[in-house]
Parts: sequence; C-alpha cells; structure tokens
Amino acid sequence: MTTQSNQLASFDQRDKEWYIDKAIQIIVFMSGISAILFVVGIFAFVTMEGFGFLLKDFSISEFLLSPWWEPTDEDEPTYGILALVAGTASVTGLAMLVAVPFSLGAAIYIGEFASGKKREYLKILIELLAAIPSVVWGFIGLTIMNPLIIAVFDVPVGLNVLNAGIILGLMAAPIMTSIAEDALKAVPDRYREAAEALGATRWQVIYKTVLPAAKNGLLGAVLLGVGRGFGETMAVLMATGHAINIPGSVFDPVRALTATIAAELGETAVGSTHYEALFTIGIFLFLITFIINLTADLIVRGIRKQ
Amino acid sequence: MNSEMFIESDLNRTNKRTQALYRTLFIIMTLLLILPVVIILGTLVYKGGGIISIDFLFTDPINGMTEGGIFPALVGTLWLVSVALLISVPLGVAAAIYLSEYAADNWFTRIINLAIINLAGVPSIVHALFGVGAFVIFFGFGTSILAASLTLAIMTLPVVIVSTRESLQSVPYAFREACWNMGATRWQTIRRVVLPNAVSGILTGIILEVSRTAGETAPIMFTGAAFFLPYLPQGVFDQTMALSLHLFVVATQVPNVPDALPYGVALVLIGLVLLMNSISIAFRMHLRGKKKW
Repeated sequence: MTTQSNQLASFDQRDKEWYIDKAIQIIVFMSGISAILFVVGIFAFVTMEGFGFLLKDFSISEFLLSPWWEPTDEDEPTYGILALVAGTASVTGLAMLVAVPFSLGAAIYIGEFASGKKREYLKILIELLAAIPSVVWGFIGLTIMNPLIIAVFDVPVGLNVLNAGIILGLMAAPIMTSIAEDALKAVPDRYREAAEALGATRWQVIYKTVLPAAKNGLLGAVLLGVGRGFGETMAVLMATGHAINIPGSVFDPVRALTATIAAELGETAVGSTHYEALFTIGIFLFLITFIINLTADLIVRGIRKQ
Repeated sequence: MNSEMFIESDLNRTNKRTQALYRTLFIIMTLLLILPVVIILGTLVYKGGGIISIDFLFTDPINGMTEGGIFPALVGTLWLVSVALLISVPLGVAAAIYLSEYAADNWFTRIINLAIINLAGVPSIVHALFGVGAFVIFFGFGTSILAASLTLAIMTLPVVIVSTRESLQSVPYAFREACWNMGATRWQTIRRVVLPNAVSGILTGIILEVSRTAGETAPIMFTGAAFFLPYLPQGVFDQTMALSLHLFVVATQVPNVPDALPYGVALVLIGLVLLMNSISIAFRMHLRGKKKW
C-alpha cells in the first residue's frame, strides 16, 4: 500500500510553477467576475440608500404619474418624476432626431464610400470628437448655443429642449457613427462582391445588400445612443435651463432625471426623505439603462448568430 | 465587332448619376456631423486661448475664483486619475486575461460580458450615487480622493477590459500552442509570450482610459471633488479640486467671473483629453506599422 502511494507521488509533477499557475487562475477568475459584482453592487447600494423612501413615503402612482417634483415643500412634499421623465425623453428624442440620420449617413460614407487615407483620417477625427468630456459640452451649450438660439429664433432664453437636444445629438453622434460603422464592416465582403457581380452600382449594393444585412447592428447603435442620452448628466444639467416643466415646444426649458440628482444631492441631508428619493430616481435610471443595454446586446447578438 | 458594346447606355448613365448624387449626399452628412464641432472648438480656442499661460497653469485661483490660475485643479485631476488607474489597470488587465485566455465560450462568460456592457452603460450619475452609498458612507472613506477614484475606476473599468482583451486576442493562437508544447504552464505562456506581444496594445487602452477619467465630472461631484480648496491634497483621504468640476463651477456657480476664464479652463480640459487620445491613436498606428504577423 505504501509503495503504491510512493510510486504515485513520484508521478506527481506539481512543482512551484504549477501552484503559481493555479493561484493566477484564481486571481484572474476573481477579477473576471468583478464586473458582475460591481453591477450587482451598484444596484444593491443604490437600492439600499433609497430603500427607506420605498418603504414609507413611496407611492408608485405618485412617483410615476405626478408631474410635481417638490421635495422641499414644507407642508406636503411631492415626489413625482413625470415632468423629469418628460424632460429627459424630450431632450433624448430631439438628440436622436439630430444624431441618427447624420451618424448613419457618416457611417455609410466612411464605411462604404471613403477609402484609404481619407477613411483613416475621418475615423480618427470621429474618435477624437467622441472624447470631448460632457462638462465641456454643457459649457458649449451654456456659452455658445445659448446666445445663438436667442439670436436665431428670437426667444428670450436659449437654455431649453432645443439647446440640450442639439448638444446631446452632437455628443452622441460620433459614438453612434463608430458603432454603426462597425456594424457595416461586419457584413462579409462576399455579399458586396456578389451584388457587384450582378451589375449593381455602389449605392444599390449598399441599399439592397449591406443595409439589410447590417440592420440589427445599426439598430443596436441607435439604442446605445438612446442609452447614452438617457444617462447623460453634466451636459443636460447645464443646457436644459433646469426648470421642472412638461415641454410644450422645443423652446421650453426642462429638467432631466440625471440633472435633478446632480443638482440636489449636495443640498440634502444623508438619510432624509429627499435624499432617499434621489436614490430612488437612481434605481429608476439604472433599470431603464439596464433594459436598453440588454436589448441592444440581444439585437446585436442576434445578427452574429445568423 | 461593333463598337456600340463599349458605349454607355442610358441605364449606365442614370446609375452613375444616382451614384454620384448619393455619394455627395453622404459626404455632406459627414461634414455636417464634423464641421459644427470643429467650429465650436475653434470658438473655444478664439475666446480662451488668450488667457492660457504658464502662470494660468501654475498659480492658485484667487478672489473667489474670479482671477488667478487652475493649479490645484490640475494637481487634483492628476491625483484622481493616478489613484483610479492604480485600481482599474491591474483589475481590468486581470479580468481581460481571464476572458481572453481562460474563459470558455459559455453562458457564464456571456453574463460577464453583459455585465461589462452594462457597467459601461450605467449613467455616470448612478455611478456617483453608488460611490456615495458604497465608498463614502458604507466603507467610511468619506468624501475623499480614494472614494472618488474608486468610483471613477469602476466606471472606466470596461474601457481597460475591452481594449486589453482585444490586444490579447490579436496575439496569434499559434504562439501559445508553441509555448505549451515546450511544457510551459498557462501562466508562463501568458507572462512570457502573450503579454510581451500585447503590452503596447494594452498601453494604448490605458492612455485612452486616462482621457476618459480626466473628463468625468458627475461621478466625482459628491464623492471627493470640492468646489474650492485653499490647499493641495496631501493624501488619498483628502478632498481635492478637479479640472472638470472646476469648469462646471466657474461656468455656473461663481458670480462675476471674467468671460475668458471658463473658456480657458475648458480649453485646458479639452487639450488634455485630446492630447491623451492623440497619443493613444498615434501609438496604435505606430504599432500597426510594426506588427510582423
């Protein structure tokens, strides 16, 4: 019995390197799952801080359906986010109206028409534009767009849906362009070659072959842009005018969900109802962007499977 | 042989014309996307360029931030970015090594990838709330560089993971097989063969992350950055000023700021970010030229 185990032991080649290898494997595995931990952690901590509000003062119908966000009202504070949702939605909607056609157009030009150096330079330029920080965009809205809108449209104030929508559109467009261009690039070249062999012109190839094949990827790009717009904070804080309002026109000032948190969190006492209500908005934002990102991922995965 | 064969038909001509029309249309759309931003940046340079000087970069703000320079904000941004990198780079590179070298193609890896996508998509203000709930209050770091940098690190983690994973995967699989055949363990292969071949690509991603981290404002507002501090931070438990927040403050919160000042701050911030991105891009192109496989 002992001789047998001795024999086995001599076959055991687990040296120092083997143990290092195992240890590293565990370390990188832990790091790998840290992304999951963080996402769960974000949800857990934001929910934890907002939980008190959810338990006592929270009424789902008031929260979602009341346009009155008056957390500092002394007699009867109300916590309705309808107007804030309307603000975020109107700004994001206008931004997409501005950004979607132009970024898809730019993606088609860069991916399908431009070639060689021109394409390379355009891609670099788009990448640099995507890097401009959001607080700078907010500053641009405040100092450049604001007087421009006042002068062009003859309105008293230029901080409104239009301003924030354009700013957000310019901001989201480069990111959407590069994702959309990736989606076009993912269409195999043999599709284009087959269409060209049948005598199709470049535009016919794009319109009839490439765009239908890249449809899901392009939709994914748009959805990611929407997610971006929904979650943008500094730019909308500075450019919307920050007035609680359900907008009737693009010249009305509004206030966004994200901007409300950014503007009010500093003034609230930790643990107060107002503070907890802001965290509840955070939960709401987290869930919405989670759903948008998940949908975008499912759509993009859909094409890879085919 | 009749020469008619080689003469353009009406159909050819129409096709060509449509082709040219669409091409022009898409060129115009691309230009409309780029030109406004270029004009805006030009305006910023025009209005803020004059104020930028060595003094502006290296003196403290005075008179309620209406005069003087931005030195503490620059130093603060440096602190925040450095501490954030110290956290996110090891974690992100290790996670990328797991995803590229160890993970099987199964549902579990898919969940990790989904988590990475979501981490990148969570609004920055929600990251800020997380930072307040977790680091400032729960772990008791208070509003400090540590809390702000942790928040920034988690927010920008996907940038490191995605770019590192890409450069690891661009190392040909045959390199690994050759190494395993010599009897090397998985880690020996990674350390001696895969990482040295991917290190420049990883660096490119890290530079990109510096740019992202330096520009963020919302995540640091409530976790460690202060509107104004009369002293420089001495350690990670101090609060600090930051360039991005300083721009927000002088643009919206401080009365009687001379016009040029916020433009100057914006210009320095953009300059810093674009410089980092340009270095990263130049590095990447240099690498592509050098690659032997």
